[in-house]
Amino acid sequence: MTLALYRIDDRLIHGQVVVGWGQPLNASFIVLVDDEVSSSDWEQDLYRMGVPPQIEVIFASVDHAAAMLTTWEADERVGILLVGDVESALALAQRAPQVRRFNVGGVHHRTGRRERLRFVYLSDEEAAKLRQLAAGGVDVTAQDVPTARAIPVGEFT
Amino acid sequence: MSELRGIIVSHAAVAHALVAAVGVITGIEDALTSVSNEGCGTEALAERLRDAVGEGPAVLFVDLPGGSCMTSSTRYAKQHADIAVVTGVNLAMLLDFVFHRDVTPAEAARRAVDAGAKAIRVTAA
Repeated sequence: MTLALYRIDDRLIHGQVVVGWGQPLNASFIVLVDDEVSSSDWEQDLYRMGVPPQIEVIFASVDHAAAMLTTWEADERVGILLVGDVESALALAQRAPQVRRFNVGGVHHRTGRRERLRFVYLSDEEAAKLRQLAAGGVDVTAQDVPTARAIPVGEFT
Repeated sequence: MSELRGIIVSHAAVAHALVAAVGVITGIEDALTSVSNEGCGTEALAERLRDAVGEGPAVLFVDLPGGSCMTSSTRYAKQHADIAVVTGVNLAMLLDFVFHRDVTPAEAARRAVDAGAKAIRVTAA
């Protein structure tokens, strides 16, 4: 199969991802792309705790992920790729043209951000980066769980 | 040593409802505080935890053994002394906890795991 979901979610691995998306997609592996987590064994143990043993978790920096994307896309299992912020999504897409879509699943309140959707808060700069991502040919939508509507980037940025 | 407190950390309103249930059953209102991850990213949830724990020892009771509540709570415990974390919170472990708070957070956590596990059984099938 392939990477069935590319997701921006500042909680990274959590229930919505593992259960909400993982079950219906029948995901067998999760790629967590984060420069900080990929360099901390302790953080990796923490995220692995929330994943059932039959699901493999792969930790990667943005650079490593860009280099490995073709391999993961060719994996016969179904996988989910996660990044924690808009910057990482854009950086990955710029290094790896295989990125065709990104799901905005959870970007929460922080100083400088304003509410765009119940589960999406963005600074103006982040909104511009999402539009830039879309202009580059990536299908960008916001959707927290599979049963919700996928909201096109133009409706929330 | 200030008295041990329990912080329940959950999705949606589970934590709030558990605190209310303990109050109804025991009349004890000051031992537990609820925290929901509703609308929280990692930073916001860490801030809610900081506010809820305040000073002094605490046990963080988390709903699931994975996810943002657990990762934030475990990270918090790593950064602060006198904090223990237990996952799989249920009403039985909380009822036991509120009456046995003159112990260390680590002891209270072990006790909570025992009390919580004993309450899970099949009573009809």
